[in-house]
Amino acid sequence: MGAIMPVSTNTAGKKVWQLRNRNETLTRWFCFLVLVATFMWCWKYISDATTWFFVWDAPNIAADIGSRAFPPRWSYMDKLWGPIWDTLNIATIGTVLALIIAVPVAFLAARNTTPSTLFIRPIALLIIVSTRSINSLIWALLLVAIIGPGTFAGLIAIAIRSIGFCAKLLYEAIEEIDHKQVEAITATGASRMQIMIYAIAPQILPAFAGISVFRWDINIRESTVLGLVGAGGIGLQLQSSLNTLAWPQVTLILTVILVAVVIGEWVSAKVRGAII
Amino acid sequence: MSAATLEARLGQRWRKPPFIRNNLLRWAMAAGVFAYLILAIGSFDVNWARVNEGLVRGWLFIKAFMSPDFLSRSIEIREGMLESVIITITSTVVGVLISIPIGLGAARNIAPLPVYLICRGIITLSRALNEIIVAILMVAIFGFGPLAGFITLSFATIGFLSKLLAEDIEDMDKAQAEAIRATGSSWMQWINYGVQPQVMPRLIGLSMYRLDINFRESAILGLVGAGGIGATLNTAFDRYEFDTAAAILIIIIVTVMVLEYLSGFIRAWVQ
Amino acid sequence: MLKLEKLTKTYPTGDQALRAVDMVVPNGQVLALIGPSGAGKSTLIRCINRLVAPTSGKVILNDLDITALGSGGLRRARRTMGMIFQEYALVERLTVMENVLSGRLGYVGFWRSLTRRYPQSDIDEAFRLLDRVGLLDMADKRADELSGGQRQRVGIARALIQNPELLLVDEPTASLDPKTSRQIMRLICELCRERGLAAVINIHDVALAQMFVQRVVGLKSGEIQFDGAPGEMSEEVLTRIYGEEDWKATIAKAEDEVVA
Repeated sequence: MGAIMPVSTNTAGKKVWQLRNRNETLTRWFCFLVLVATFMWCWKYISDATTWFFVWDAPNIAADIGSRAFPPRWSYMDKLWGPIWDTLNIATIGTVLALIIAVPVAFLAARNTTPSTLFIRPIALLIIVSTRSINSLIWALLLVAIIGPGTFAGLIAIAIRSIGFCAKLLYEAIEEIDHKQVEAITATGASRMQIMIYAIAPQILPAFAGISVFRWDINIRESTVLGLVGAGGIGLQLQSSLNTLAWPQVTLILTVILVAVVIGEWVSAKVRGAII
Repeated sequence: MSAATLEARLGQRWRKPPFIRNNLLRWAMAAGVFAYLILAIGSFDVNWARVNEGLVRGWLFIKAFMSPDFLSRSIEIREGMLESVIITITSTVVGVLISIPIGLGAARNIAPLPVYLICRGIITLSRALNEIIVAILMVAIFGFGPLAGFITLSFATIGFLSKLLAEDIEDMDKAQAEAIRATGSSWMQWINYGVQPQVMPRLIGLSMYRLDINFRESAILGLVGAGGIGATLNTAFDRYEFDTAAAILIIIIVTVMVLEYLSGFIRAWVQ
Repeated sequence: MLKLEKLTKTYPTGDQALRAVDMVVPNGQVLALIGPSGAGKSTLIRCINRLVAPTSGKVILNDLDITALGSGGLRRARRTMGMIFQEYALVERLTVMENVLSGRLGYVGFWRSLTRRYPQSDIDEAFRLLDRVGLLDMADKRADELSGGQRQRVGIARALIQNPELLLVDEPTASLDPKTSRQIMRLICELCRERGLAAVINIHDVALAQMFVQRVVGLKSGEIQFDGAPGEMSEEVLTRIYGEEDWKATIAKAEDEVVA
């Protein structure tokens, strides 16, 4: 007999309170069991694919790498300024390019501004999903194959990856605007474009600024590794240092990347604070 | 200007007050931005002949999307996808489990200062290091294979989830937590009754979101030998097998879409 | 003159908001539209300038059939109808001056509105109106820095700078305190008188309506239940519109205030 209420009568005839009734408890245990079983199966797969001998040796290897990696080779810094500049440009110009495309896409994707829910909105959403689902490194890989290695491929990769990200956040912001302000501007006899710039743009401007800076911050991180697939920036130096096992240089490059990321995060936090 | 009369205003030009009031600063900033744009755009050396050549290949790739080839490398694709999914699941579970204590430790209103600093340190390190860099190091230390990928993504999950969890705990409703404390509960009981109910729905939502991110990231781990579909994809690009590459990308996009739909569903169900 | 002929609105959900409403508002008349929530007051006002498209029937403003207009014609027609909103509906992040000038959007081109280069005559008129509503010093403040009463004054200036022939006013006092409510109603009615404007004021406060307007129309379930002078309102009329309730206090209070 399944107890419906959390309060049930036990065999001795006394009322017992439980947090959940029996069916719920069973369902929970079942879900938990499935989760554990799945995890164990997955873990077995990983375990089978791993050479455990190397893993047991890992502390030694890590210590070995660590001892070779220090101190960083500071003199290598001279060769890094150029790549750092490239990395910054890839991130910044990539963000700008992405925003230029993301704004119209967002307007076409938002339910309240799209010209056609049936036809144009799905296309805009498809653009957003497909650019967003694929990592910028994969875009870089693809673009290096298509237009050859270099910073230009990195720029386009960062731009494409950012379109979906920015457009998604932006169209959600557009859908959340206060409709009354739009109605008021419409009632003055304003045209579609005027409604856009007077009623919608001021409302989404803070979101837009926040999104741009947020994405720029992420793009700084991502553009540091694009070089691994040949798409320019400081990642190129990282790749070549790794290939030649020049660990002191690797340490220096990783330090530079860390500093760049921290500065990027600091700048974006400052700018966002100033806007909002 | 506070007591300007109407007469003084009539016939006067009106301009929207600029965002930056100081004229000099405004112009200097505009000039600075302009100069940077020129320099930055100039720094991209574009080999237009090569790009032009590439357009043909780009077109081939787009055509490949119309006729993706799932079959000729179906075994590699299946193996790679399975590995990606496995890395995603295990790293999310382990990452979430570890980020709960670290998240608690990184919340200033619960944790003592030394614990707080250590946990914040772990979070900062994890967030600052790009997944792919961690993956390279892990491959160097643990050797090729999905274990390196699993460790990488677990580590990344910790940074992401602990930070948001800690912020959530710091923002929580103090009154509820205090009410539980006032009953004379122990620390564990206090966390269980006063804190957990407030943060749990969001924790589940964030874990689902992270599952989604981990899957996307697992697709690139293979580029550096840390397991998953990335290796297959890399090979496909290297051999210019665009139809196979397109097939893999389509699978990734569809999986991400399914995951997003699923996580939206679960989040709605939890709240 | 505004004429509504068999104006009907049925929402896609099946709600009949308006059922063949016939009404004539002569030039210069200030009319209050009263009725319970959901009676169709808001819909009626929005059907006049087609913010809500009527299902059938006609809206005729000075011999122009508004229901038959294309999008360009509709925009030109909207210029002649100023609208004032419940909760002000100002664009919060724009300055007061920009909000007022946005009333001229129907008259200026896209680039001028984008760069905020309005004709000098518009700017002078905006300042005159801001002075009239007592907000001249606030011109360059952002709209969200103002109090409720001040915001509604900006809303009034925005409607008037359109140089309208008709004012559509949707619950102008719904979120204001009693004193400010009266000030705003008085301002609207004074301005209508000064400019010879007709107005349809949609209002839920019966006493306030009686105080200021020349004609009251009572709406219930999308049909007109009462149409007459404020003085003709009786307990029986209010019961017909709103349902059974002790109405003595409402009417008595209103009469006191009219005397005072």
